[in-house]
Amino acid sequence: MDNLVFINVVYVFAAALFIFGLKLLGHPATARKGNILSGIAMLVAIIVTLMDQNIVSYGWIIVSVLAGSVVGIYVSQKVEMTGMPELVSLFNGVGGLASAAVATAAIVASDLSSGIATISVIALIIGAVTFSGSFVAWGKLSERISGKPIVFHLQAIANYGLIAATILFSSLYVMDPSSITFVYVVIALALIIGVMVVLPIGGADMPVVISLLNSYSGLAACAAGFALENNLLIVAGALVGASGIILTNIMCKAMNRSLINVLTSGFQEVVTNDVVVEGEIKPIITEDAFYVFEAAQSILVIPGYGMAVAQAQHAMKELQELLEKNDAEVVYGIHPVAGRMPGHMNVLLAEADVSYDLLLEMDEVNSRMENFDIAIVIGANDVVNPAARELKGSPIYGMPVINADLAKNVFVIKRSMSSGFAGVENPLFFKDNTRMIFGDAKEVISNIVRQFND
Amino acid sequence: MITIYLLFILMLAIFLGFELIQKVPATLHTPLMSGANAISGITILAAIVLAGNDSSTAATVLGVIGVFCATVNVVGGYLVTDRMLAMFKKK
Repeated sequence: MDNLVFINVVYVFAAALFIFGLKLLGHPATARKGNILSGIAMLVAIIVTLMDQNIVSYGWIIVSVLAGSVVGIYVSQKVEMTGMPELVSLFNGVGGLASAAVATAAIVASDLSSGIATISVIALIIGAVTFSGSFVAWGKLSERISGKPIVFHLQAIANYGLIAATILFSSLYVMDPSSITFVYVVIALALIIGVMVVLPIGGADMPVVISLLNSYSGLAACAAGFALENNLLIVAGALVGASGIILTNIMCKAMNRSLINVLTSGFQEVVTNDVVVEGEIKPIITEDAFYVFEAAQSILVIPGYGMAVAQAQHAMKELQELLEKNDAEVVYGIHPVAGRMPGHMNVLLAEADVSYDLLLEMDEVNSRMENFDIAIVIGANDVVNPAARELKGSPIYGMPVINADLAKNVFVIKRSMSSGFAGVENPLFFKDNTRMIFGDAKEVISNIVRQFND
Repeated sequence: MITIYLLFILMLAIFLGFELIQKVPATLHTPLMSGANAISGITILAAIVLAGNDSSTAATVLGVIGVFCATVNVVGGYLVTDRMLAMFKKK
């Protein structure tokens, strides 16, 4: 059989495995198997690609695969679960760089037809934007760059100018595919665009940005597939692109905002509301809170990024076991945008050995909120803010939230009285059924655990 | 004609992707994202051919960069996803 035909037959098989792997990812019980299948698909595709007759030397391929594997193994074993958003950003960026490098290689290797030249330059642009954008997102997530939107005078106009220039130089290259110099200009412009697009986005919106860049890394692979006429690149890239777009959409909906609004909110004037929240903050000490926990029959835990920062998930798991021994039901209510990336809280709680069937989605807990004796909010703020439901004019009005205030008792563990990431006042803290427990989340929970043990 | 045929594949793959991924529960969204990331390292196939081809030094160098980056993505992505999924247990 012809070598190329054989390779493509195997690609069809690999595509089927990728699809089946993603299907198995639909349930926590089969997800691990799904990921392994997807990995096998990749391995098979790589091995069969090595049979390509255009390959004349293997030296550099082996060296770069080995070097890449060492780095990949090292970071995947070393990363802590709190740091997953940063790692995924970095991986997005590296994926974008790979696609950009491939597209550029195709461009410099030979004079392309104008059709292939167009798609190659598109792959190059998406890849380069993903690369630089992801690194800015990584900087923001790891707080190497300020989490606040970074905006400067005339930035919006500068962005339009950059986009126009990119289109101009891309067209100049496509019209004469031997003029490689234009491509270098396009690379530089695309890298700058990536930086400029992510800089004005605030830290709270990073779940959207990561999802979107994830989608781009797939689209870049897809475009490279068109440039090199490789079916498997197109299929796999499209699957990743679709995944990123769905997650982006879920994140935007969970914040009741459009994607355009998220991407441009840094440019808009800050919404200030003059609504003064009336009421009194009622602090409680852990010794008193303990008695309420001891008497409670059903407890809802609402985690936020603060739980991750305080590393309180393990202490919470300990408390959960004690409460269960005390014949109480404990479940976790997780808002889609809790944490810095989709599903972040779930991974942290899974790491602390919490059973996944106790991790409930927002709608599941909201429908039975009145029946919870205690809702305990750990390091979350905006996702439990009742202003979203009852305070017209609040910047987060209309956002779907977990209605913690409707539970019989609410405990909020918080370091101090500062407002949330979105900088919005939270009326929950002033409700009659709310008690504030001030302190580090891990210490507070460990304190309650200790009293259970005494 | 080949472009049309590739577009056809793209269209079907996008619809399939939407159907499949909509069924992934919220609890698995982080592993989904890192797993999808590993899949986007599929560019390694194109990079391998370009790195092994001796058309020009520049293309080879870029191909080698591509292979390195895509390998980081593939190996790191699958391993970290596996590490996460291993933690999801039901008791």
